[in-house]
Formats: sequence, C-alpha cells, structure tokens
Amino acid sequence: MIERSVVGKDTPRIDARLKVTGAAIYTDDMSLPGMLHGAILRSPLPHALIRNIDVSAAERIPGVKAVITGKDVPSIRYGNWRLVPESQDETPLAHEKVRFIGDEVAAVAAVDRETAEEALERIRVEYEELPGLFGVEDAVREGAPTIHEASPGNISLDRKIGYGDLESGFAQADLILEDTFRVHPVSHAYMEPCSSLAVADGQGRITLWSSTQTPYIVQCLLASTLGLRENEVQVIKPYVGGGFGGKMEMRVWDFCAAYLARTTGRPVKFTLTREEEIRTGRRRHPMVIRSKVGFKKDGSLTAKHFHVLLEGGAYNSMGPTATFLCGNFGAMLYRYPNYRYEGYHVYTNKPPAGAMRGFGAPQALFASETQMNIAAEKLGIDPIDIRLKNAMVPGDEIPDVAVISSCGFVESLKEVRKMSDWDRKRKRLGKGFGIGIGCYSFISGGVFNWFNTQYPFSSAEVRAYDDGTVHLFTMASDIGQGSDTVLVQILAEELGLSMDRVRITSGDTAMTPKADLGTWGSRVTLMAGNAVIKAARRVKEELARVVSLKFNLNVIHEVDFKDGRVFTKSRPDRGVTFGEAVALAMKYNRGEQVIGRGSYTPRDKGLVSPAFSFGAQVAEVKVDEETGKVEVEKMYTAHDCGTVINPISVEGQLEGSIHMGLGYALCEELVMEDGRTLPEGFLDYKLPSAVDMPPGESVCIETYEPEGPLGAKEAGEGLVSPTAPAIAEAVFHAVGYRCMDLPITPDKILGIRKSTAKAC
Amino acid sequence: MKHIVRINVNGDPYELAVDSRSTLLDVLREDLRLTGTKRGCGDGDCGACTVLLDGRPVNSCLTLAVEADGREVTTIEGLAPSGSGLHPLQEAFIEKGAVQCGYCTPGMILSALALLRRNPNPTEEQVREGLSGNLCRCTGYNKIVEAVMAAAASRKEESS
Repeated sequence: MIERSVVGKDTPRIDARLKVTGAAIYTDDMSLPGMLHGAILRSPLPHALIRNIDVSAAERIPGVKAVITGKDVPSIRYGNWRLVPESQDETPLAHEKVRFIGDEVAAVAAVDRETAEEALERIRVEYEELPGLFGVEDAVREGAPTIHEASPGNISLDRKIGYGDLESGFAQADLILEDTFRVHPVSHAYMEPCSSLAVADGQGRITLWSSTQTPYIVQCLLASTLGLRENEVQVIKPYVGGGFGGKMEMRVWDFCAAYLARTTGRPVKFTLTREEEIRTGRRRHPMVIRSKVGFKKDGSLTAKHFHVLLEGGAYNSMGPTATFLCGNFGAMLYRYPNYRYEGYHVYTNKPPAGAMRGFGAPQALFASETQMNIAAEKLGIDPIDIRLKNAMVPGDEIPDVAVISSCGFVESLKEVRKMSDWDRKRKRLGKGFGIGIGCYSFISGGVFNWFNTQYPFSSAEVRAYDDGTVHLFTMASDIGQGSDTVLVQILAEELGLSMDRVRITSGDTAMTPKADLGTWGSRVTLMAGNAVIKAARRVKEELARVVSLKFNLNVIHEVDFKDGRVFTKSRPDRGVTFGEAVALAMKYNRGEQVIGRGSYTPRDKGLVSPAFSFGAQVAEVKVDEETGKVEVEKMYTAHDCGTVINPISVEGQLEGSIHMGLGYALCEELVMEDGRTLPEGFLDYKLPSAVDMPPGESVCIETYEPEGPLGAKEAGEGLVSPTAPAIAEAVFHAVGYRCMDLPITPDKILGIRKSTAKAC
Repeated sequence: MKHIVRINVNGDPYELAVDSRSTLLDVLREDLRLTGTKRGCGDGDCGACTVLLDGRPVNSCLTLAVEADGREVTTIEGLAPSGSGLHPLQEAFIEKGAVQCGYCTPGMILSALALLRRNPNPTEEQVREGLSGNLCRCTGYNKIVEAVMAAAASRKEESS
C-alpha cells in the first residue's frame, strides 16, 4: 500500500464554498457595460428550402442593433471532426436549407431580451417545404429524399470493426440469439442552459465566455468560422452548470455572440431557454441495434455480429465518434472470440444527436447486457455465472482496437453478488419482486485524434514560488465533475504540499498552456492528471538538484517531498521548506522562476483508449402487477476505477450516474412526432426527483492502472450504462416482461402498447 | 407599465421601478445583480430559482416582482452575510459532497432551509419530499439529502 497524504481521502471540492454562497459566476451571471442581448430565430419546419428572408421590419424596431442571416456571414463549414473535413456539415446559420425543427436561421442583437424577441417575430422567412425523414429505416430506404447533398442515401459515415471468423464461430454455437433493440432519445438536461458572452477588442480580437466543456475546440472552430487566427480568439470557461457531453462543440450562439460583438462594437450575450434546450438541443443517439450472438451450452461465447443504425438527426455533431465507440463497446466486457461490427450514422430531419454521458455505451450495453441475460435464461445458467465464464481479464485484446490493462471485472461481479445477496434473492419470486444485473466497461479518454490537434492532448504548467505555494495552469475544464479539485489533489500529493498551497487557473485558452481537448470521454483525470504529474516532476528535479547541492549529498541519496519540505529521504533533518528550496533554485538560476511544464498524449494505445474501467450493478425492483409501475428499491454497484483519488467525488459520480441511468430506463424520453420534439420543459420531460432515487450500496474495486496518474482511471461516466439493463432484467425476473425497447413503461409491462414496431 | 415597489432583500431595503411583467427572478438577477439565484427553466419546474418570500420558499421565476412589494426576500447571498461564518446547511453541503456543478445548489439550500424551519427534525423521507421540487442532474440527490440531515442534526446538538 502506497502511503499518501492527499490522494485517496474524502476531499471537499475547492469550489464548493463559492457555490454554496451563490458567489460562483456562470456565463449568464455576467454582464458588461453596453452589453446587447441576442436571440435566435429557428426553423419551424423539419426540412425546407429557404426562398427568402426579409429582416427589414425587425431592423426598424428601436433598440435592435443588428440582424444577421446565413447570407450575411461567411459560409464556412465546421464540425468537431476536423480530421475528416467532409464530415464538417454545419454552417453558423442556415444557408439555403433547414434540416430540422429548430435549425438556426437568423440572429438578433438588441438592447434587451424583450426587444430581441420582438425582432424575431418580425423576421419573415419564405420556405419551400421538402419531404421530411423521421426514422433511420425510412432514411436509408432507396429513393428517400436527400438531407445533405454530400451524403446521398443519408448515411453520413460508417464504421466497421471485425476479427476472427464469424461463420465458424456461429457454426460452433449451441444457442444463437438474434434480436433487435430500439433505444430512444434523451436529453442531457444539465441545469444550466447554454450561454455565451463575447466582447471584441480594438483589433477585432474576441474574448468569449462560454458554458462549454471544450474551450480549445470552441476557440479553434470560432477562429475558423470568423476567419480569424486561432490566437485572436480567447475562450474562457467560467463555472459551468453541467454538460454531460452536450456542451462539447462550438455552437451557433458562440459564433453569433462573437460575430455580433465584432459588427456592433458592443459585448453580446446569448442565453438559451429551457424550451430551446429540450426541443432543439443535442440528445443521446436513438439507435436500432440488431445483434446476433452465439453461445455454447456451457455459456461460453462463440461469435457476435453487431449491426447498428445510429440516428444522427440533421448533422454529424459527435456522431462519428459515437458510431465507432458503439462498435467498441459491443465487443467489451466479454471475450467474444469472433466479432463483426457494422455501424451506420444516418441523417434524419430531427435535432442532431451528439455526445452524451456514455458516448454509445448505454445503447450498445443495453442490447449486449440484455442479450447476456436472455442467454442465461435460455441456457439455464445464472446471469452472474454466464458473465464470469466470459469476463475480460487483464491482457485481453480487441485485435487492432484495444488492449485491456488493469481490469477488476471478475472481482466486481463477485463483489456485487455477495453485496446484494444475489444467490438467495434470485430464487425469491412472487409479489412483483425482481432482481437483475447489468455491467459496463468504459474508456478513460479517447486516443483517436479526430480534432486533428497539433498540440498535446493535455498540458500543464506549474509555477513554484518562494512563499511555498504553487500555481497550476491547465486548459482542462471543470464543468461540475470536480476535475479542478482532483488536479489540485494530484499536484499537492506529488509535491508534498497541502492543498491550500496550490492555486489553479483552468479552462482559459489564452492563459493556460496549449492544449487540452476538453471534458469528454472521461479523459481529464487520466490525461490532464498525467500532464500535471510530469510538470510537477520537472519542478521536483530542479528543487532536488539544489537541495542536493546545499547538503552536499552523495549521488545515491533520494530527495523526498512531504509535509511542505524537501529533504534527504534517509536523513530527513537534511532538508529545507518547499519555499526555501524554490528560493535556492531561483538564486542558483539568477532569479529565473521555477516552472515545470508537462504534457500527455496517448501513443500506441490502439484506436480507443489508454485504459478501461469495469463494473457490475444489481437492481432490485418491485413491479405493481395491477398498474405496471416499477419501483426501484435498491441498487448495488461494484466498480473498478483504478486508484480512487477523491472517494466522495467518485461516490457522487456514481449516484449521479444511477440518477441518469434510472431516468433512461424508466421515465425520460424526448417523445417525437413528425420531427417535432414534444416535451417543452421539465413538466413533460420527467427527470427523477429526490423521492424517486433508490438507496444504494457501492464498493470500489481498487486496481492500479499503469497508464493512469497514480494508478487512476475513469470513474462515473461508464456507470450510466449498467442501470437500464439491470432494471430491465429485474423487471423480467419480477413479471416476465422482457424490455427490448427503452424506456420501460407501465403500459408496455401490461402489454397495452405492443413493444414499438415503429422506427425510433 | 412600471410600478414602484419596496422590497427588502437580505435585510437591505430597495425601492425599484419594475415592469408589471417582470418576475422577481429578473429583478434579483438583472436589477440587483444578485446572481446567486439561478434560472434553470423559467417555468417553475426545476427549483433553481428558489428564494424565500417572507420565509416561504417560492419559485422566483413564477413570482411577479410586484407581488414582492412590501415583503422580505431571502436569497442565497443572504444566508451568510459577509464577514460571518457559513450557515450550517452551507457547511454540510460542502462537507458531504453535495455540490457538483453547483447550479441547483442555491435553490436546493433555500428549499432545505425552509424545510428545516418548518420541521427541524425531518426524517429522510420528509427531506426527500421537501426537496422534490428542486431538480439536480449531477448528484443523484443522496449526498444532498445526507447534508440536510447532517445540518438538522448539528442544529439539534447546538440547541441541546
């Protein structure tokens, strides 16, 4: 056991005090002198040509300072997948065509919000309506209308993964399951609606505050769409009220705020309404998943063929990544000896889907884990035993895609079995009681350079001062998950300082070292954490050198950093305080400041991720056989996230995941009708409330991830995946209803509504 | 049409000319620049804008500013006036890990405060019920509930 003073201890968030007093500033809290308010006109039609836009009446309203349409701004395509320019299918405002209800058509800047909204009502747009496509199966049908000229057939891209010999694998199988699963769209429902505030300086350079997870991506894409150099755009991420994947792109309001700040010469702020967020915002990909999987009588897997249609909606957004990851997750958790994945990202005339917590895993694992449960039932094997039979272990590979290093999956399965008293309860039947299991694996950041950055994936700079403090600069973005606290913990641990000696500046593209790809795919702890450790070690090398000189140490002596001191490990009395060591180093370097820089870019780590987390979850439910209502009574979780850096934070992530997984399983759905998102707010888009959350028990299976900082890896994102299949299996165990299309609703359980045959 | 209203916010008296359509949330955030009160939905569904009006929790996005005329408003900024320590609820939220993104936190704390004033000794179920009008997307509520229970217990200790 490595002795640690900061890491591994429950640590309150460093920003918590500001948040409980209301002093933490989010983008919409900011206001600048002379600031204008922006508003966006959106398409009321799912698919139409724009024949004409007349803004003259809007422009005449007193207080309206500018109105812009797609004709006024450069028609530069953008999108997160810079590596594949033809995938960049968005323009800041619609050009000639709208592709979903909510597509941005025009923007207004006015002296106040009311005036801006009044101006929107006066803009006259003539549309020529085109036939709309509202389901993946319709969109890929021959003769379907084309949504993007560059993608006839409406498949924007496909991804394939394959290894082994599928046919011989199926030939060896005693049981072959062939199932179709359908999963529905859900909203990120972060509590803070998106907001951007831009100001232009005298040279037309832009400073933008944005509620984003990815300041670097916003900086680069804003520069390219405005026709500026990258360094002429500064993006600052203030406190952000959650993202969950929904704030990881440069968005139209970022562009419009910046463009209008340049043209009006005044600061401009856009803040979305909740209705805009829910009805037009990004969402989790709905999918149609056809999965064929073969088993031998003893439960061992022989082959799997995973075919997925992802409904991307009107634009690619982060769909290309989700399309690849879905195929990766389809092959995770178990040793599939032969595997083939075909994933197709399909355009429809609906609001675009994007990245959302789990990034392809909740959908792929709902299908895969449900099929494991079906196989267990058909083969007469316990669901945990069939998983233990096939579970991945350290050293396993998905050929050419991923290598599993640390892996506590088997331990997680055993732990959750014990914790939940599975063997006894699984035999208990009747009165609507059921118990079921679901499992997950997840990535610790992505290795594929889709953004085509020329900089390291994560960077850090540590400046040390002779007063015994240090200042950490990093572009990594805390959006509420707690990365600022974790990075300060890692740095404090590494330098042997208490956390109050460490100050952090993060998420500012002009002030922090380039680059950091942002908060997504659970990359920050591993990648930014590694960069921080490297930067800290440079500082330590320099300080060790001067302490060695001061005490004339034999070269075989180790210098240690602990409790604010720098000292000889074998003779702790030979040492100085951290501040004195910095002063010595500065004296030695004729006043030059002690600065350590570090970066991390994953290399030779396959196509997916440098490290994978694993876990298992058991749900206990009670189903009312009269009404079909499902009560989740308890959740048990065992998960392997490597070294736990902040236990209380990991627990918080776990509980938040259960909340989101519960909503996905039971009550959240963006119900669609002809391309229209029907819910308008939280009244008809139902998030679980405090009374809906079940109690839970959890255990962290500690492993040591060699690629992670101090052995850490992903925690809390992957955990959103097992909840739905676990609840679905518990419902099956209770009442015999097998859910193949989420969400699980009382009418489906009671068989009133036949499991939807309609396309999602 | 504008109305002159007198509102006491966190102990400070204000006289303001407000539009008849302005909500209390607009006035707090935009006129008084008390931005600790958050706008999460504008429809009274999420509770992020919860403030106390004469001690009772209200969604300030559904309360017209003119309704607050002559009344007392407590916002998150009024819980621990500068210079004094934090309120036990605020301390408990920090200690128990009940804060993640923080956007729901001010409204959550004010709903909890109103609950504890009504019922200083709530059961866990009563706490959950009392917070059921405040949505949180990050925490899954459990640590928030723990924090409120801990604050209630610490107040009990103090008074005993």
